[in-house]
Amino acid sequence: MPTAPEKGIWKIITASSVGTLIEWYDFYIFGSLSTIIAAKFFPSENPTAALLSTLATFAAGFIVRPFGALVFGRLGDLIGRKYTFLLTLILMGTSTFLIGLVPTYESIGALAPILVLVLRLVQGLALGGEYGGAATYVAEHSPAHRRGYYTSWIQTTATLGLFLSLGVILSIRRIMGVEDFENGNGWRFPFLLSIVLVIVSIFIRLKMSESPLFAKLKSEGKTSVNPIKESFGNKLNFKMVLLALFGATMGQGVIWYTGQFYAQSFLLTKCFIDYEQANSIILIALVIATPFFIIFGALSDKWGRKNIMMVGMLLGVLLYRPIFQQLLNLSDTSKRTVTEQTSNVVQSTVFASASDTTTLKKFDDGSELKMVSHANPKGEHEIKKTLILDTTSKWKMIFLIAVMVLFVTMVYGPIAAFLVEMFPTKIRYTSMSLPYHIGNGIFGGLVPFIATLITTIPGSNALSGLWYPIIVAALCFIIGSLYLSNKMDKDVTD
Amino acid sequence: MNGIKRILGILWIVIGIASITALIYSAATNINTAHGDIGKPLPWLIIILVFTPIAVGLVIFGYYSLKGEYDGEIKT
Repeated sequence: MPTAPEKGIWKIITASSVGTLIEWYDFYIFGSLSTIIAAKFFPSENPTAALLSTLATFAAGFIVRPFGALVFGRLGDLIGRKYTFLLTLILMGTSTFLIGLVPTYESIGALAPILVLVLRLVQGLALGGEYGGAATYVAEHSPAHRRGYYTSWIQTTATLGLFLSLGVILSIRRIMGVEDFENGNGWRFPFLLSIVLVIVSIFIRLKMSESPLFAKLKSEGKTSVNPIKESFGNKLNFKMVLLALFGATMGQGVIWYTGQFYAQSFLLTKCFIDYEQANSIILIALVIATPFFIIFGALSDKWGRKNIMMVGMLLGVLLYRPIFQQLLNLSDTSKRTVTEQTSNVVQSTVFASASDTTTLKKFDDGSELKMVSHANPKGEHEIKKTLILDTTSKWKMIFLIAVMVLFVTMVYGPIAAFLVEMFPTKIRYTSMSLPYHIGNGIFGGLVPFIATLITTIPGSNALSGLWYPIIVAALCFIIGSLYLSNKMDKDVTD
Repeated sequence: MNGIKRILGILWIVIGIASITALIYSAATNINTAHGDIGKPLPWLIIILVFTPIAVGLVIFGYYSLKGEYDGEIKT
Protein backbone atom coordinates (compact mmCIF):
# COMPACT_ATOMS: atom_id res chain seq x y z
CA MET A 1 0.00 0.00 0.00
CA PRO A 2 1.37 3.46 -0.87
CA THR A 3 1.90 5.43 2.30
CA ALA A 4 3.48 8.79 2.92
CA PRO A 5 7.05 8.90 4.25
CA GLU A 6 7.36 9.79 7.94
CA LYS A 7 8.09 13.47 7.22
CA GLY A 8 5.26 13.75 4.70
CA ILE A 9 2.65 12.24 6.99
CA TRP A 10 3.07 15.08 9.48
CA LYS A 11 2.34 17.65 6.78
CA ILE A 12 -0.78 15.69 5.91
CA ILE A 13 -1.86 15.41 9.53
CA THR A 14 -1.24 19.11 10.17
CA ALA A 15 -3.10 20.26 7.07
CA SER A 16 -6.06 17.98 7.80
CA SER A 17 -6.18 18.63 11.53
CA VAL A 18 -5.97 22.43 11.38
CA GLY A 19 -8.94 22.62 9.01
CA THR A 20 -10.99 20.16 11.04
CA LEU A 21 -10.16 21.98 14.25
CA ILE A 22 -11.36 25.26 12.75
CA GLU A 23 -14.60 23.64 11.61
CA TRP A 24 -15.23 22.39 15.15
CA TYR A 25 -14.42 25.84 16.51
CA ASP A 26 -16.94 27.38 14.11
CA PHE A 27 -19.60 24.91 15.12
CA TYR A 28 -19.07 25.29 18.86
CA ILE A 29 -19.08 29.06 19.18
CA PHE A 30 -22.71 29.08 18.13
CA GLY A 31 -23.58 26.59 20.88
CA SER A 32 -21.47 28.36 23.48
CA LEU A 33 -23.12 31.69 22.70
CA SER A 34 -26.65 30.29 22.35
CA THR A 35 -28.09 32.40 25.18
CA ILE A 36 -26.77 35.63 23.64
CA ILE A 37 -27.90 34.56 20.17
CA ALA A 38 -31.37 33.85 21.55
CA ALA A 39 -31.60 37.37 22.89
CA LYS A 40 -30.30 38.95 19.66
CA PHE A 41 -32.10 36.96 17.00
CA PHE A 42 -35.33 35.69 18.46
CA PRO A 43 -38.28 37.66 19.86
CA SER A 44 -37.21 38.81 23.29
CA GLU A 45 -40.64 39.17 24.89
CA ASN A 46 -40.54 35.58 26.06
CA PRO A 47 -36.99 34.52 27.01
CA THR A 48 -37.94 30.86 27.32
CA ALA A 49 -39.40 30.79 23.85
CA ALA A 50 -36.31 32.54 22.53
CA LEU A 51 -34.03 30.04 24.23
CA LEU A 52 -36.06 27.11 22.94
CA SER A 53 -35.95 28.54 19.46
CA THR A 54 -32.21 28.60 19.67
CA LEU A 55 -32.16 25.10 21.09
CA ALA A 56 -34.23 24.03 18.12
CA THR A 57 -31.75 25.78 15.86
CA PHE A 58 -28.94 24.03 17.73
CA ALA A 59 -30.65 20.69 17.31
CA ALA A 60 -31.28 21.45 13.66
CA GLY A 61 -27.58 22.06 13.29
CA PHE A 62 -26.91 18.61 14.58
CA ILE A 63 -29.70 16.92 12.70
CA VAL A 64 -28.48 18.14 9.33
CA ARG A 65 -25.04 16.72 10.00
CA PRO A 66 -26.02 13.23 8.80
CA PHE A 67 -27.34 14.79 5.62
CA GLY A 68 -24.03 16.59 5.19
CA ALA A 69 -22.32 13.23 5.65
CA LEU A 70 -24.34 11.82 2.75
CA VAL A 71 -23.98 14.81 0.45
CA PHE A 72 -20.26 15.36 0.93
CA GLY A 73 -19.47 11.69 1.52
CA ARG A 74 -20.90 10.96 -1.92
CA LEU A 75 -18.91 13.82 -3.40
CA GLY A 76 -15.73 12.62 -1.68
CA ASP A 77 -16.14 9.14 -3.13
CA LEU A 78 -16.89 10.55 -6.57
CA ILE A 79 -14.45 13.43 -7.09
CA GLY A 80 -11.95 12.86 -4.31
CA ARG A 81 -11.19 13.59 -0.67
CA LYS A 82 -9.09 16.71 -1.16
CA TYR A 83 -11.54 18.92 -3.00
CA THR A 84 -14.50 17.77 -0.95
CA PHE A 85 -13.10 18.68 2.43
CA LEU A 86 -11.76 21.89 0.96
CA LEU A 87 -15.34 22.72 -0.02
CA THR A 88 -16.70 21.89 3.45
CA LEU A 89 -14.10 24.20 4.98
CA ILE A 90 -15.10 27.10 2.71
CA LEU A 91 -18.80 26.57 3.46
CA MET A 92 -18.23 26.38 7.20
CA GLY A 93 -15.97 29.44 7.34
CA THR A 94 -18.25 31.58 5.20
CA SER A 95 -21.42 30.70 7.10
CA THR A 96 -19.75 31.31 10.46
CA PHE A 97 -18.41 34.67 9.32
CA LEU A 98 -21.84 35.66 8.01
CA ILE A 99 -23.53 34.79 11.32
CA GLY A 100 -21.28 37.43 12.83
CA LEU A 101 -22.64 39.98 10.35
CA VAL A 102 -26.40 39.29 10.54
CA PRO A 103 -28.29 42.30 11.96
CA THR A 104 -30.33 41.61 15.08
CA TYR A 105 -34.07 40.94 15.29
CA GLU A 106 -34.58 44.49 16.54
CA SER A 107 -33.02 45.84 13.34
CA ILE A 108 -34.51 43.69 10.58
CA GLY A 109 -37.26 41.69 12.27
CA ALA A 110 -38.08 38.10 11.35
CA LEU A 111 -35.44 37.96 8.62
CA ALA A 112 -32.73 37.85 11.30
CA PRO A 113 -33.66 34.47 12.85
CA ILE A 114 -34.35 33.04 9.38
CA LEU A 115 -30.87 34.01 8.18
CA VAL A 116 -29.26 32.63 11.32
CA LEU A 117 -31.17 29.38 10.98
CA VAL A 118 -30.13 28.97 7.32
CA LEU A 119 -26.48 29.70 8.11
CA ARG A 120 -26.61 27.28 11.02
CA LEU A 121 -27.95 24.60 8.68
CA VAL A 122 -25.06 25.24 6.27
CA GLN A 123 -22.66 24.87 9.21
CA GLY A 124 -24.20 21.51 10.08
CA LEU A 125 -23.99 20.32 6.48
CA ALA A 126 -20.35 21.34 6.20
CA LEU A 127 -19.41 19.66 9.46
CA GLY A 128 -21.15 16.50 8.26
CA GLY A 129 -18.79 16.38 5.31
CA GLU A 130 -15.58 17.42 6.99
CA TYR A 131 -14.72 14.72 9.48
CA GLY A 132 -15.09 11.69 7.21
CA GLY A 133 -12.87 13.35 4.64
CA ALA A 134 -10.14 14.28 7.08
CA ALA A 135 -10.12 10.89 8.80
CA THR A 136 -10.14 9.00 5.50
CA TYR A 137 -7.46 11.22 4.03
CA VAL A 138 -5.06 10.71 6.93
CA ALA A 139 -5.82 6.99 7.23
CA GLU A 140 -5.22 6.41 3.53
CA HIS A 141 -1.76 7.97 3.88
CA SER A 142 -0.86 6.07 7.06
CA PRO A 143 1.11 2.84 7.39
CA ALA A 144 -1.08 0.00 8.67
CA HIS A 145 0.80 -0.51 11.93
CA ARG A 146 0.42 3.17 12.99
CA ARG A 147 -3.01 4.01 11.60
CA GLY A 148 -4.59 4.38 15.02
CA TYR A 149 -1.81 6.69 16.14
CA TYR A 150 -1.85 8.97 13.09
CA THR A 151 -5.62 9.24 12.82
CA SER A 152 -5.87 10.00 16.54
CA TRP A 153 -4.45 13.45 15.77
CA ILE A 154 -7.62 14.14 13.81
CA GLN A 155 -9.53 12.93 16.88
CA THR A 156 -8.01 15.64 19.05
CA THR A 157 -9.46 18.37 16.84
CA ALA A 158 -13.02 18.16 18.14
CA THR A 159 -11.88 18.69 21.73
CA LEU A 160 -9.28 21.29 20.76
CA GLY A 161 -11.99 23.09 18.77
CA LEU A 162 -14.08 23.26 21.92
CA PHE A 163 -11.02 24.44 23.83
CA LEU A 164 -10.30 27.12 21.23
CA SER A 165 -13.90 28.34 21.15
CA LEU A 166 -14.11 28.62 24.93
CA GLY A 167 -10.70 30.28 25.06
CA VAL A 168 -11.58 32.85 22.39
CA ILE A 169 -14.97 33.61 23.97
CA LEU A 170 -13.51 34.01 27.47
CA SER A 171 -10.63 36.17 26.18
CA ILE A 172 -12.83 38.52 24.16
CA ARG A 173 -15.34 38.67 27.03
CA ARG A 174 -12.55 39.66 29.40
CA ILE A 175 -10.95 42.19 27.03
CA MET A 176 -14.22 43.92 26.12
CA GLY A 177 -16.01 43.48 29.42
CA VAL A 178 -19.14 41.39 30.02
CA GLU A 179 -21.51 44.27 29.23
CA ASP A 180 -20.00 45.08 25.82
CA PHE A 181 -19.63 41.41 24.98
CA GLU A 182 -23.21 40.44 25.76
CA ASN A 183 -25.16 43.61 25.04
CA GLY A 184 -22.89 45.29 22.50
CA ASN A 185 -21.22 43.68 19.49
CA GLY A 186 -18.48 41.81 21.34
CA TRP A 187 -20.16 38.44 20.81
CA ARG A 188 -19.75 38.89 17.05
CA PHE A 189 -15.94 38.76 17.15
CA PRO A 190 -15.58 34.99 17.72
CA PHE A 191 -17.68 34.48 14.56
CA LEU A 192 -15.80 37.08 12.53
CA LEU A 193 -12.43 35.69 13.61
CA SER A 194 -13.32 32.46 11.85
CA ILE A 195 -12.69 33.89 8.39
CA VAL A 196 -9.02 34.52 9.20
CA LEU A 197 -8.54 30.99 10.50
CA VAL A 198 -10.35 29.51 7.51
CA ILE A 199 -8.32 31.45 4.93
CA VAL A 200 -5.10 30.19 6.53
CA SER A 201 -6.43 26.65 6.51
CA ILE A 202 -7.60 26.83 2.90
CA PHE A 203 -4.15 28.03 1.89
CA ILE A 204 -2.60 25.00 3.65
CA ARG A 205 -5.07 22.53 2.20
CA LEU A 206 -4.70 23.77 -1.36
CA LYS A 207 -1.11 22.54 -1.30
CA MET A 208 -2.15 19.00 -0.44
CA SER A 209 -2.34 16.21 -2.98
CA GLU A 210 -5.12 13.65 -3.35
CA SER A 211 -5.21 10.50 -1.22
CA PRO A 212 -2.97 7.89 -2.89
CA LEU A 213 -5.59 5.14 -2.57
CA PHE A 214 -8.33 7.25 -4.11
CA ALA A 215 -5.98 8.54 -6.84
CA LYS A 216 -5.10 4.94 -7.72
CA LEU A 217 -8.76 3.92 -7.89
CA LYS A 218 -9.53 6.90 -10.07
CA SER A 219 -6.66 6.24 -12.46
CA GLU A 220 -7.88 2.66 -12.83
CA GLY A 221 -11.46 3.83 -13.37
CA LYS A 222 -12.65 1.84 -10.35
CA THR A 223 -14.33 4.61 -8.34
CA SER A 224 -17.93 4.14 -7.34
CA VAL A 225 -20.62 5.36 -9.73
CA ASN A 226 -23.23 5.67 -7.00
CA PRO A 227 -21.64 5.65 -3.52
CA ILE A 228 -24.92 6.07 -1.64
CA LYS A 229 -26.53 3.11 -3.39
CA GLU A 230 -23.42 0.98 -2.90
CA SER A 231 -23.12 2.00 0.76
CA PHE A 232 -26.70 1.45 1.84
CA GLY A 233 -28.27 -0.56 -0.98
CA ASN A 234 -25.62 -3.27 -0.80
CA LYS A 235 -26.66 -5.59 2.03
CA LEU A 236 -23.11 -6.60 2.93
CA ASN A 237 -22.03 -3.01 3.39
CA PHE A 238 -25.29 -1.86 4.98
CA LYS A 239 -24.86 -4.51 7.67
CA MET A 240 -21.50 -2.99 8.50
CA VAL A 241 -23.00 0.52 8.59
CA LEU A 242 -25.60 -0.67 11.13
CA LEU A 243 -22.94 -2.42 13.17
CA ALA A 244 -20.71 0.66 13.16
CA LEU A 245 -23.64 2.75 14.38
CA PHE A 246 -25.12 0.51 17.06
CA GLY A 247 -21.88 -1.16 18.15
CA ALA A 248 -19.60 1.87 18.25
CA THR A 249 -20.59 5.40 17.24
CA MET A 250 -23.89 5.52 19.14
CA GLY A 251 -22.15 4.93 22.47
CA GLN A 252 -19.14 7.00 21.50
CA GLY A 253 -21.42 9.94 20.70
CA VAL A 254 -23.15 10.02 24.08
CA ILE A 255 -19.91 9.50 26.01
CA TRP A 256 -18.35 12.33 24.05
CA TYR A 257 -21.14 14.81 24.72
CA THR A 258 -21.76 13.87 28.32
CA GLY A 259 -18.12 14.18 29.30
CA GLN A 260 -17.72 17.62 27.77
CA PHE A 261 -20.92 19.49 26.93
CA TYR A 262 -23.32 18.05 29.47
CA ALA A 263 -20.67 18.42 32.15
CA GLN A 264 -20.26 22.08 31.21
CA SER A 265 -24.00 22.69 31.29
CA PHE A 266 -24.29 20.79 34.58
CA LEU A 267 -21.71 23.02 36.25
CA LEU A 268 -23.60 26.12 35.18
CA THR A 269 -27.21 25.09 35.70
CA LYS A 270 -27.14 22.48 38.49
CA CYS A 271 -24.05 23.43 40.45
CA PHE A 272 -24.52 27.19 39.83
CA ILE A 273 -20.80 27.67 39.27
CA ASP A 274 -19.76 31.13 38.07
CA TYR A 275 -19.58 31.32 34.24
CA GLU A 276 -15.87 32.05 34.03
CA GLN A 277 -14.91 29.55 36.70
CA ALA A 278 -17.05 26.80 35.14
CA ASN A 279 -15.48 27.31 31.74
CA SER A 280 -11.98 27.52 33.16
CA ILE A 281 -12.62 24.18 34.93
CA ILE A 282 -13.61 22.65 31.58
CA LEU A 283 -10.64 24.23 29.81
CA ILE A 284 -8.08 22.92 32.29
CA ALA A 285 -9.65 19.45 32.27
CA LEU A 286 -9.49 19.40 28.47
CA VAL A 287 -5.81 20.35 28.53
CA ILE A 288 -5.04 17.57 31.01
CA ALA A 289 -6.95 14.86 29.14
CA THR A 290 -6.40 15.76 25.47
CA PRO A 291 -3.00 13.97 25.09
CA PHE A 292 -4.81 10.72 25.86
CA PHE A 293 -6.53 10.84 22.45
CA ILE A 294 -3.08 10.21 20.99
CA ILE A 295 -2.12 7.68 23.66
CA PHE A 296 -5.24 5.57 23.20
CA GLY A 297 -5.06 5.96 19.42
CA ALA A 298 -1.50 4.60 19.50
CA LEU A 299 -2.44 1.85 21.95
CA SER A 300 -5.27 0.77 19.66
CA ASP A 301 -2.58 -0.21 17.10
CA LYS A 302 -1.34 -2.74 19.66
CA TRP A 303 -4.39 -3.70 21.70
CA GLY A 304 -7.07 -3.37 19.01
CA ARG A 305 -9.68 -0.63 18.54
CA LYS A 306 -12.64 -2.42 20.05
CA ASN A 307 -11.22 -3.26 23.48
CA ILE A 308 -10.24 0.33 24.25
CA MET A 309 -13.52 1.80 23.04
CA MET A 310 -15.61 -0.70 25.00
CA VAL A 311 -13.69 -0.05 28.24
CA GLY A 312 -14.31 3.69 27.80
CA MET A 313 -18.02 3.10 27.32
CA LEU A 314 -18.27 0.76 30.31
CA LEU A 315 -16.50 3.25 32.56
CA GLY A 316 -18.97 5.94 31.52
CA VAL A 317 -21.94 3.67 32.21
CA LEU A 318 -20.65 2.72 35.67
CA LEU A 319 -19.19 6.02 36.84
CA TYR A 320 -21.30 8.86 35.43
CA ARG A 321 -23.77 8.96 38.31
CA PRO A 322 -21.14 8.84 41.08
CA ILE A 323 -19.05 11.50 39.31
CA PHE A 324 -21.95 13.88 38.73
CA GLN A 325 -23.16 13.30 42.30
CA GLN A 326 -19.69 14.31 43.47
CA LEU A 327 -19.90 17.49 41.36
CA LEU A 328 -23.16 18.32 43.14
CA ASN A 329 -21.61 17.61 46.54
CA LEU A 330 -18.69 19.92 45.82
CA SER A 331 -21.07 22.76 45.00
CA ASP A 332 -23.27 22.19 48.06
CA THR A 333 -22.89 25.19 50.36
CA SER A 334 -25.18 23.93 53.12
CA LYS A 335 -22.31 22.20 54.94
CA ARG A 336 -19.94 25.14 54.69
CA THR A 337 -19.60 27.67 57.52
CA VAL A 338 -20.55 31.26 56.69
CA THR A 339 -17.89 33.72 57.82
CA GLU A 340 -19.37 36.87 56.34
CA GLN A 341 -22.75 37.83 54.94
CA THR A 342 -23.82 41.09 53.33
CA SER A 343 -27.11 42.11 51.75
CA ASN A 344 -27.87 44.96 49.42
CA VAL A 345 -31.46 45.95 48.65
CA VAL A 346 -32.31 48.07 45.60
CA GLN A 347 -35.63 49.06 44.05
CA SER A 348 -36.74 46.55 41.43
CA THR A 349 -36.48 47.73 37.83
CA VAL A 350 -39.51 45.59 37.01
CA PHE A 351 -41.96 46.42 39.77
CA ALA A 352 -41.96 49.65 41.72
CA SER A 353 -43.48 47.90 44.72
CA ALA A 354 -40.86 45.16 44.73
CA SER A 355 -37.17 45.21 45.50
CA ASP A 356 -34.15 43.23 44.30
CA THR A 357 -31.93 41.81 47.01
CA THR A 358 -28.32 40.79 46.47
CA THR A 359 -26.87 38.61 49.22
CA LEU A 360 -23.20 37.72 49.30
CA LYS A 361 -22.05 34.88 51.55
CA LYS A 362 -18.40 34.12 52.19
CA PHE A 363 -17.47 30.71 53.58
CA ASP A 364 -14.62 29.51 55.74
CA ASP A 365 -12.99 27.59 52.87
CA GLY A 366 -12.80 30.70 50.66
CA SER A 367 -15.79 29.99 48.44
CA GLU A 368 -18.38 32.69 47.78
CA LEU A 369 -22.08 32.48 47.02
CA LYS A 370 -23.93 35.36 45.43
CA MET A 371 -27.73 35.23 45.46
CA VAL A 372 -29.80 37.77 43.57
CA SER A 373 -33.50 37.81 44.38
CA HIS A 374 -35.22 39.49 41.45
CA ALA A 375 -38.89 40.31 40.83
CA ASN A 376 -40.14 38.70 37.61
CA PRO A 377 -42.94 40.18 35.44
CA LYS A 378 -45.53 38.26 37.52
CA GLY A 379 -44.27 39.98 40.65
CA GLU A 380 -42.78 36.75 42.00
CA HIS A 381 -39.21 36.64 43.27
CA GLU A 382 -36.69 34.50 41.38
CA ILE A 383 -33.37 33.68 42.98
CA LYS A 384 -30.28 33.47 40.79
CA LYS A 385 -27.29 31.79 42.45
CA THR A 386 -23.66 32.12 41.43
CA LEU A 387 -21.03 30.12 43.27
CA ILE A 388 -17.31 30.76 43.14
CA LEU A 389 -15.56 27.68 44.49
CA ASP A 390 -12.55 27.58 46.75
CA THR A 391 -9.30 26.34 45.18
CA THR A 392 -9.49 22.78 46.59
CA SER A 393 -13.05 22.20 45.39
CA LYS A 394 -12.21 23.72 42.02
CA TRP A 395 -9.33 21.29 41.49
CA LYS A 396 -11.46 18.37 42.61
CA MET A 397 -13.97 19.38 39.95
CA ILE A 398 -11.22 19.68 37.35
CA PHE A 399 -10.09 16.16 38.26
CA LEU A 400 -13.62 14.75 37.92
CA ILE A 401 -14.19 16.43 34.55
CA ALA A 402 -10.75 15.30 33.34
CA VAL A 403 -11.67 11.71 34.27
CA MET A 404 -14.81 12.00 32.15
CA VAL A 405 -12.81 13.45 29.26
CA LEU A 406 -10.47 10.49 29.69
CA PHE A 407 -13.43 8.19 28.95
CA VAL A 408 -14.02 10.34 25.87
CA THR A 409 -10.44 9.83 24.71
CA MET A 410 -10.84 6.05 25.06
CA VAL A 411 -13.94 5.83 22.91
CA TYR A 412 -12.99 8.59 20.48
CA GLY A 413 -9.22 8.20 20.02
CA PRO A 414 -9.34 4.93 18.05
CA ILE A 415 -12.65 5.42 16.23
CA ALA A 416 -11.36 7.03 13.02
CA ALA A 417 -9.07 4.07 12.33
CA PHE A 418 -11.87 1.71 13.38
CA LEU A 419 -14.34 3.21 10.88
CA VAL A 420 -11.84 3.51 8.03
CA GLU A 421 -10.93 -0.16 8.37
CA MET A 422 -14.58 -1.24 8.20
CA PHE A 423 -15.31 0.03 4.69
CA PRO A 424 -13.78 -0.28 1.20
CA THR A 425 -11.93 2.65 -0.39
CA LYS A 426 -14.43 3.42 -3.13
CA ILE A 427 -17.32 4.08 -0.72
CA ARG A 428 -15.36 4.76 2.47
CA TYR A 429 -16.10 8.47 2.76
CA THR A 430 -19.87 7.93 2.48
CA SER A 431 -20.06 4.75 4.53
CA MET A 432 -18.07 5.93 7.53
CA SER A 433 -19.45 9.48 7.61
CA LEU A 434 -23.09 8.54 8.12
CA PRO A 435 -22.78 6.30 11.21
CA TYR A 436 -20.27 8.74 12.69
CA HIS A 437 -22.60 11.70 12.35
CA ILE A 438 -25.72 9.82 13.44
CA GLY A 439 -23.82 8.65 16.51
CA ASN A 440 -22.36 12.04 17.34
CA GLY A 441 -24.86 14.43 15.82
CA ILE A 442 -28.08 12.72 16.84
CA PHE A 443 -27.35 10.42 19.78
CA GLY A 444 -24.65 12.68 21.15
CA GLY A 445 -25.97 16.06 20.09
CA LEU A 446 -29.30 15.48 21.75
CA VAL A 447 -27.83 14.53 25.15
CA PRO A 448 -28.45 17.96 26.70
CA PHE A 449 -31.86 18.25 25.09
CA ILE A 450 -33.21 14.86 26.16
CA ALA A 451 -31.49 15.04 29.52
CA THR A 452 -33.20 18.38 30.15
CA LEU A 453 -36.53 16.89 29.12
CA ILE A 454 -36.04 13.98 31.53
CA THR A 455 -35.27 16.30 34.42
CA THR A 456 -38.58 18.10 33.89
CA ILE A 457 -40.53 14.88 34.55
CA PRO A 458 -42.10 14.94 38.04
CA GLY A 459 -40.08 12.95 40.56
CA SER A 460 -36.81 13.39 38.73
CA ASN A 461 -33.71 14.93 40.24
CA ALA A 462 -30.58 16.68 39.02
CA LEU A 463 -29.02 13.36 38.00
CA SER A 464 -32.00 11.86 36.18
CA GLY A 465 -30.93 13.29 32.84
CA LEU A 466 -27.92 10.99 32.91
CA TRP A 467 -30.11 7.96 32.26
CA TYR A 468 -30.21 8.77 28.57
CA PRO A 469 -26.44 8.59 27.93
CA ILE A 470 -26.06 5.70 30.39
CA ILE A 471 -28.70 3.54 28.68
CA VAL A 472 -27.48 4.35 25.16
CA ALA A 473 -23.84 3.67 26.09
CA ALA A 474 -24.80 0.42 27.86
CA LEU A 475 -26.72 -0.79 24.82
CA CYS A 476 -23.81 0.07 22.55
CA PHE A 477 -21.36 -1.65 24.91
CA ILE A 478 -23.36 -4.90 24.74
CA ILE A 479 -23.66 -4.81 20.95
CA GLY A 480 -20.03 -3.80 20.42
CA SER A 481 -18.69 -6.40 22.84
CA LEU A 482 -20.67 -9.26 21.33
CA TYR A 483 -20.70 -8.46 17.62
CA LEU A 484 -17.37 -6.79 16.94
CA SER A 485 -14.03 -8.54 16.83
CA ASN A 486 -10.94 -6.94 18.26
CA LYS A 487 -8.89 -8.02 15.23
CA MET A 488 -7.97 -5.19 12.90
CA ASP A 489 -8.29 -5.19 9.14
CA LYS A 490 -4.85 -3.82 8.35
CA ASP A 491 -5.38 -3.73 4.61
CA VAL A 492 -7.47 -0.71 3.65
CA THR A 493 -6.63 -0.90 -0.05
CA ASP A 494 -9.73 -3.00 -0.80
CA MET B 1 -21.67 -16.92 20.69
CA ASN B 2 -23.59 -17.10 17.43
CA GLY B 3 -26.60 -18.43 19.32
CA ILE B 4 -26.50 -15.49 21.74
CA LYS B 5 -26.23 -13.02 18.85
CA ARG B 6 -29.26 -14.56 17.18
CA ILE B 7 -31.34 -14.56 20.36
CA LEU B 8 -30.37 -10.97 21.07
CA GLY B 9 -31.61 -10.10 17.59
CA ILE B 10 -35.13 -10.42 19.00
CA LEU B 11 -34.21 -8.00 21.78
CA TRP B 12 -32.90 -5.39 19.31
CA ILE B 13 -36.13 -5.66 17.32
CA VAL B 14 -38.17 -5.21 20.50
CA ILE B 15 -36.06 -2.27 21.68
CA GLY B 16 -36.34 -0.60 18.26
CA ILE B 17 -40.12 -0.85 18.27
CA ALA B 18 -40.45 -0.06 21.99
CA SER B 19 -38.26 3.05 21.83
CA ILE B 20 -40.20 4.75 19.07
CA THR B 21 -43.53 3.68 20.61
CA ALA B 22 -42.47 5.09 23.97
CA LEU B 23 -41.43 8.36 22.35
CA ILE B 24 -44.73 8.76 20.52
CA TYR B 25 -46.69 7.83 23.65
CA SER B 26 -44.69 10.29 25.77
CA ALA B 27 -45.23 13.02 23.20
CA ALA B 28 -48.98 12.36 23.12
CA THR B 29 -49.28 12.46 26.90
CA ASN B 30 -47.02 15.45 27.48
CA ILE B 31 -47.74 17.91 24.67
CA ASN B 32 -49.99 20.74 25.84
CA THR B 33 -49.88 19.62 29.46
CA ALA B 34 -48.30 21.55 32.30
CA HIS B 35 -44.90 19.91 32.21
CA GLY B 36 -42.76 22.87 31.15
CA ASP B 37 -40.55 22.24 28.13
CA ILE B 38 -41.82 18.75 27.48
CA GLY B 39 -45.29 20.20 26.99
CA LYS B 40 -44.17 21.92 23.80
CA PRO B 41 -44.68 20.11 20.49
CA LEU B 42 -41.53 21.23 18.63
CA PRO B 43 -38.93 19.31 20.66
CA TRP B 44 -41.00 16.15 20.41
CA LEU B 45 -41.48 16.58 16.68
CA ILE B 46 -37.73 16.91 16.17
CA ILE B 47 -36.91 13.93 18.36
CA ILE B 48 -39.50 11.62 16.80
CA LEU B 49 -38.53 12.68 13.29
CA VAL B 50 -34.90 11.93 14.00
CA PHE B 51 -35.32 8.71 15.96
CA THR B 52 -37.83 6.99 13.68
CA PRO B 53 -35.31 5.97 10.97
CA ILE B 54 -32.81 5.05 13.69
CA ALA B 55 -35.37 2.82 15.40
CA VAL B 56 -36.12 1.21 12.02
CA GLY B 57 -32.36 0.69 11.61
CA LEU B 58 -32.21 -1.06 14.98
CA VAL B 59 -35.08 -3.34 13.97
CA ILE B 60 -33.26 -4.22 10.72
CA PHE B 61 -30.07 -4.80 12.71
CA GLY B 62 -32.01 -7.15 14.99
CA TYR B 63 -33.53 -8.93 12.02
CA TYR B 64 -30.11 -9.47 10.41
CA SER B 65 -28.79 -10.66 13.73
CA LEU B 66 -31.68 -13.10 14.16
CA LYS B 67 -31.09 -14.45 10.66
CA GLY B 68 -27.44 -15.14 11.48
CA GLU B 69 -26.03 -12.42 9.21
CA TYR B 70 -23.60 -11.41 11.96
CA ASP B 71 -22.46 -14.94 12.79
CA GLY B 72 -18.75 -15.55 12.97
CA GLU B 73 -15.95 -13.08 13.53
CA ILE B 74 -16.33 -9.55 12.24
CA LYS B 75 -12.98 -7.81 11.90
CA THR B 76 -12.72 -4.13 12.63
